Amino acid sequence: MSTSVTAIHPESGDASAPLIAFRGIAKSYGQGQAEFQALRGIDLEVYGGEFVAVMGPSGSGKSTAMNILGCLDSPSSGAYLFQGVHVENMDRNQRALLRRNFLGFVFQGFNLLARTSAQENVELPLLYRGEPPEKRHKAARESLALVGLDGWEHHTPAELSGGQQQRVAIARALVTHPLVLLADEPTGNLDSKRSHEIMELLARLNRERQITVLMVTHEPDMAHYARRVVHFVDGLVHSDDAQEGKACS
Amino acid sequence: MFLNALLLALREIRRNLMRSFLTTLGIVIGVAAVITMITLGNGATRLISEQISSLGSNLLIMRTGQRMGPGMSGGARFRIADAEAIEAQVSSLKAVAPVVNNGATLVAGGTNWSSAINGSTNAYLIAGNWTLAAGRQFTDEDEKLGKAVCIIGSTVREKLFGTQNPLGMELRVKKMTCEIIGLLASKGQGAMGQDQDDTVIIPIRTAQRRLTGNQFVSSIMMSMKDGVDTDRVMLQIRSLMRERRKLADNDEDDFNILDTKQIAQTLSGTVGTMTSLLGAVAAVSLLVGGIGIMNIMLVSVTERTREIGIRLAIGALEHEVLLQFLTEAVALSAFGGLIGIVLALFSCLLLSHLMQMPFLFDPSINLLSFAFSAGIGVVFGYMPARRAASLDPIEALRHE
Repeated sequence: MSTSVTAIHPESGDASAPLIAFRGIAKSYGQGQAEFQALRGIDLEVYGGEFVAVMGPSGSGKSTAMNILGCLDSPSSGAYLFQGVHVENMDRNQRALLRRNFLGFVFQGFNLLARTSAQENVELPLLYRGEPPEKRHKAARESLALVGLDGWEHHTPAELSGGQQQRVAIARALVTHPLVLLADEPTGNLDSKRSHEIMELLARLNRERQITVLMVTHEPDMAHYARRVVHFVDGLVHSDDAQEGKACS
Repeated sequence: MFLNALLLALREIRRNLMRSFLTTLGIVIGVAAVITMITLGNGATRLISEQISSLGSNLLIMRTGQRMGPGMSGGARFRIADAEAIEAQVSSLKAVAPVVNNGATLVAGGTNWSSAINGSTNAYLIAGNWTLAAGRQFTDEDEKLGKAVCIIGSTVREKLFGTQNPLGMELRVKKMTCEIIGLLASKGQGAMGQDQDDTVIIPIRTAQRRLTGNQFVSSIMMSMKDGVDTDRVMLQIRSLMRERRKLADNDEDDFNILDTKQIAQTLSGTVGTMTSLLGAVAAVSLLVGGIGIMNIMLVSVTERTREIGIRLAIGALEHEVLLQFLTEAVALSAFGGLIGIVLALFSCLLLSHLMQMPFLFDPSINLLSFAFSAGIGVVFGYMPARRAASLDPIEALRHE
């Protein structure tokens, strides 16, 4: 079992093999009497180019699953294969490198750096990847243009609307050309009009650029944009379009 | 990687300019205080040694009474004969001057001024390292007959005669009127901060006859030839004086001899000690400044928990976050150090001007203070940086 990020090669992705595979992933918090099982054995496979919405009531474990998917957390048991490489036992730094190189994050609360221009926010992941300034500037501008924010490079988050802030966040997530875009309640802080705009953007990026999107949401309206919906209930997968589709065919 | 950390740190400092400035204020004041104290202390030491040497190199001053301690017995007063005996019997002395000290009010042309009157001989000029700016010394006749003539210091001239040429003019000292025959070249401030130029020298017999009305001498100043053994000369003078004063073997000296060189060393030593002490106190303020930086950095880590979470989530490694915060602390304290050095430079220039002391720029203490302030950044910045780096990204992102 390899636990090194260097074992992952973005080009080597075999289209027929899953990009992400959960095998009996479980996660529990606390110990003894206070032990709480957030995930109780999840099996999930996501292929490149998919747009998956993870739904479920609060406490169903969808956020925990998202944290593990995003390598922000490690599972208590089970196997997590990222492009066929075991990542469940990686240490903090290995997981950070994996996030840096292959994952993009979009959060509910936007999580942009305050008093920092959109451009600088988008450049941040490239800074940690050690890209030279010219390359950073260029990539950031391109990424901002991709989300429809050309001309807004020098505005700080305070000068942008919620929808625009989330676009900056999406641009930041995409600037490194990640294998997966992980979105945790990306429309949770937006009104319905902006929410639909963001969802259309994500759907367009998925459709036109084959960006794999994994999204957690509790709003059925938003889940409609996804091509596949996975329902979590009580730490287990309750329903999965993909499996149902297989079952039907 | 290090450049990145520096870039991020500078960005952060720029973003909170006011807070950054207030944070560094402790370091600024600390560094400025240390450098100012030590620079001024060095200046003071230099000044003192210059002043002591202006008093006369290799000067011995003999007074009656034991040097110190309770019951400073007076002992018999000196007479001119004592000085003559020393001059005759102790070799390796350049000049021996009996001195009668007296304070008096001087009057000339309707103005008056209080000054120190020294009754002595021409030897006083040699012993005291005085040179004449104008006029002449006493003649043998002046000295023997106790004529009413005087040599005045530049302060006295300035106060009583302004810019006029005082030579040949009359000066009233108490009830005596004397003719000004000489003007001393200015020596400036003495070792104790007194004005050495505020003086009038008259022949010793004139002073005894007209001012004190007795045959006594207040002190005897002796200047040694260069390169002689001070201890040996002092011993010779001592045994001669003991003999003259008929002291028994078990009697203690009822007179004392001061060696100005020794005083200079003692004073310089004292000033050096004071300098170190003040420097140490200032260094404590530097330390307090460092704690201020740690405090603000800790607050900053808490305040920026979410930001740290974002950085970690998008792939910053632990040591990159650590380095960023550490660089921020070091940059803050190093900036503080630089500002402190500039501030110290100005305050030293100003203070040394006000205190009329030489300004000695000491690059080593400047460099040392700067290095120390940067070091404080490392020491006090480490803990907050460590804390920032070890945050759990999930927890940090949830932080409001």
